[in-house]
Amino acid sequence: MKKILLGNEAIARGAYEAGVKVSTAYPGTPSTEITEAIAKYNEIYAEWSPNEKVALEVAIGASVAGARSIVCMKHVGVNVAADPLFTLAYTGVNGGLVLVVADDPGMHSSQNEQDSRYYAIANSIPMLEPSDSGEAKEFTKLAFEMSEKYDTPVMLRSTTRVSHSQSFVELEERNEVGVKPYIKDITKYAMMPAMAVGRHKVVEERIKKLAVDANSMSINKITYKSTKIGIICSGVVAKYAEEALPDASILKFGMVNPLPMEMIKEFAGKVEKLYVIEELEPIFETQIKAQGIECIGKEIFSIQGEFSVALIKNKMLGEPIPVADTTLPVRPPVMCPGCPHRSVFYVLKKLKLMVTADIGCYTLGAGQPLNAVDTVVCMGASIGMCHGVDKALGREQSKKTVAVIGDSTFVHSGITGVVDAVYNQGSSTIIILDNSTTGMTGHQPNPATGRTIRDQVTHQLDLEKVVRACGVNSVQTVDAYDMVAVEKAIKEELEKDEVSVIIARKPCVLLTKEIKTPYYIDNNKCKKCGMCMKIGCPAIMMTKDKVFSIKADQCVGCGVCLQMCKFDAIKLGGKN
Amino acid sequence: MANILIVGVGGQGTLLASRVLGNYAVLTGQDCKLSEVHGMSQRGGSVVTHVRVGNNILSPIVAVGDADIIIAFEKLEALRWRHYLKKDGMMVVNEQEIMPMPVITGAMEYPNDIKQKLQEVCKNTLFINAAELAHECGNVKVANVIMLGALAKNLGFKYEDIIEAVKMTVPARFLDINLMAIEKGFNAK
Repeated sequence: MKKILLGNEAIARGAYEAGVKVSTAYPGTPSTEITEAIAKYNEIYAEWSPNEKVALEVAIGASVAGARSIVCMKHVGVNVAADPLFTLAYTGVNGGLVLVVADDPGMHSSQNEQDSRYYAIANSIPMLEPSDSGEAKEFTKLAFEMSEKYDTPVMLRSTTRVSHSQSFVELEERNEVGVKPYIKDITKYAMMPAMAVGRHKVVEERIKKLAVDANSMSINKITYKSTKIGIICSGVVAKYAEEALPDASILKFGMVNPLPMEMIKEFAGKVEKLYVIEELEPIFETQIKAQGIECIGKEIFSIQGEFSVALIKNKMLGEPIPVADTTLPVRPPVMCPGCPHRSVFYVLKKLKLMVTADIGCYTLGAGQPLNAVDTVVCMGASIGMCHGVDKALGREQSKKTVAVIGDSTFVHSGITGVVDAVYNQGSSTIIILDNSTTGMTGHQPNPATGRTIRDQVTHQLDLEKVVRACGVNSVQTVDAYDMVAVEKAIKEELEKDEVSVIIARKPCVLLTKEIKTPYYIDNNKCKKCGMCMKIGCPAIMMTKDKVFSIKADQCVGCGVCLQMCKFDAIKLGGKN
Repeated sequence: MANILIVGVGGQGTLLASRVLGNYAVLTGQDCKLSEVHGMSQRGGSVVTHVRVGNNILSPIVAVGDADIIIAFEKLEALRWRHYLKKDGMMVVNEQEIMPMPVITGAMEYPNDIKQKLQEVCKNTLFINAAELAHECGNVKVANVIMLGALAKNLGFKYEDIIEAVKMTVPARFLDINLMAIEKGFNAK
């Protein structure tokens, strides 16, 4: 049966058909839907883990125990999981283990555009890269076979355009591979120096064997057409290249580490001009040039951004690319109407505080008109950075600095930051924006929501108790919509010479879907002061001649704008 | 081969529209690739979904200058993405205006000559008041399906096929209103 599937759903289907028993992940665009789709297969145990490191460790445990396991994350998630990953490369597996990583060239929804292929090289482990949904499913299954055949973790790399594109997939039955017996072997699974010395040899031999075998793997494929131009590529770029230059010969890697050098040499010898087209880093190109093979790559193709059919035609054939009108007003993503983060950020702006922020919807507090964020680095960084500001500039500055972090991000990697600030006698003020969900990635539950991936009720991590256990004595919980309470709490906690935590709580409006009566602006009472516009709510509009209005179809009745108006011009009961 | 671009503002339902088109391809036995936007860009930002229906499709993204039709759920977004259109391509544009943040904050003005500019670059531009038609259906949220109806008509899709595709995509409890919406869009002038 053929079905149209998202690349991520196809990876999930591959895991299902491969007989996977355990699946773990922390949500991250563009990888999230893999685990959401896996959770629909009852044969597979699925979980959202608190972070990628834990997710990988759970998967390693399942693999050592003998089950096939899959762990999925976005590119920056691998940084978090890198510690177990580097040693997993040494231990190898029992049941097959596949780590799926989704890169985000062009940064549709990421803080950097690092290239995960470097991790495969650094770990000396194989990495496969599909080019569409069909291959996504096939390569996932193949990855499990390779993992067990070569006794190695296998990385499966996707990019946004593979993960978030849909194409046809041939569905097959699940292969119940069962669970392999676990045999205690500390020379393989307990990586102390004496054992690790032996295992490192295994790693080096394994990758050499894989490099030889790569030359005969069917997923590395040469298609000879005209030999005037030869193109080396992988993933979705192979589709772009074939469409842009239908007459060119193409060597497409299905396995992007290690590379099939004999195949490359043969291909390079047969084509007149050799191009390497790869998004992000010059990883193939560097290895190919190191063999003394002439090729053109990053001389013409950028390290930054996504490629496309038009870009390849432009770079190789000189065809112009039609350009967008850049004089139009831009439309950046914004906090939704009724977003509980908006009111908190308005207060932070009003108090002119330095704000070390974090990764999530609230990163949007950096945009106009709130413009209330100073820094965004990585998951959990807000708390460590706030403590760093405190230690660098002392109490005067720490009275004007707060860390802002969401509930899911706090559980992911905020807790250790709190432990540090308390232990080292800091005076940070930390605001946890608890909207009871992992918002930006599409509303996944997390330990603080008390629900599992399959929406079962479970222990709800009590954020207040957690921070108190870390040694924070001053903890306040406020209604995020109540700007007076939020302001009062922030002012009080900033004055305290100790680490303090404010939990600004209100569920995400997209989650509650509660329909409240919208507000409207009474133009007889409106003094045209423009205060309501300062919160940057997309539901509030102003015409050129300063007539203010609220769009009833967008307003969710949160009442934050009501608190901005000093003239009682905002009233309940807006109509379309 | 039809290269379709669905553009709009995050939250307007471009994803659902593209999924109906995916099912349309399944029904009519054609190859199809869709490319969507998830994550941060979704939050009220400018969004684009690529749909390609035909034989042996390679790239999941429509090349710039290669779209047969652009269906814009919002007027300014039509202007923003118009460079994707083929020379003799067509545009179906919802007359709705959604103010972007620079306009809300007063830093910029919402262009008042969008219709004129669009007609300059594309004579074959159809404007639809999808919000009003959606209101007639009883829910402003079905504007996306109204636009889809108009798209289906202008690409020469059979009415029965697109109806079937909607049935495959939309949950049963929302089916009636969506079928009403597709009909209104299909017959919109």
